Amino acid sequence: MIDIKLSDTPLDMAACIGNAADDACGGQVIFAGTVRNKTKGRRVLRLEYECYQSMALKEIKKIAENAIRLWDIRRIVIHHRVGVLGIGDTAVVIVVSAPHREAAFEGCRYAIETLKKTVPIWKKEIFEDGEEWVSAHT
Amino acid sequence: MKIRILAFGVVKEFMNSSSLEMDVQEAITVAALKAEFEALYPEIKKLKTYLVAVNDTYAGDDETVDANAEVAIIPPVSGG
Repeated sequence: MIDIKLSDTPLDMAACIGNAADDACGGQVIFAGTVRNKTKGRRVLRLEYECYQSMALKEIKKIAENAIRLWDIRRIVIHHRVGVLGIGDTAVVIVVSAPHREAAFEGCRYAIETLKKTVPIWKKEIFEDGEEWVSAHT
Repeated sequence: MKIRILAFGVVKEFMNSSSLEMDVQEAITVAALKAEFEALYPEIKKLKTYLVAVNDTYAGDDETVDANAEVAIIPPVSGG
């Protein structure tokens, strides 16, 4: 079972965990990505996320399908925020349920690492003294 | 033929727009399209890298673009 979502309102962690529940699973790994208050010593005020919605959903679905194909995983939930996020806000939640914990850990790690590389979502860091699209320039 | 190009993130900022209509040759390759785009917006060359998506899918340099395709310029992604 795959549950993916791009949301412009706060992510519901409890719902993500609930959607990944499966009686056949003995392990559930949860990753939450949150907004950090500093980047390389500069104080961050907020992040602004935007996405190419149709393609982002397609790429996230690909990740979920691959995770299920590569490991013995029953359910995967991937929800990502867009819009303006403050310090401490949750930007992404990934929940992976598997009969055994090893697959759940590996599948969850694969999902977040791949998401960061392939899914067309961008964030701009707003600092006290400027702003910058993350990773855009060398 | 005319094609519409979608822009996101830093590309949208230097284009001052979220889309652009370009008049290009029929069945243009992604490589040729990138060259034309770079000529219009040299700022793109300052990016670490960038990709092109055709119809919601990353496209290689040799692929061709037809008139009804949705083309997007994808600067380095930074989700998560």
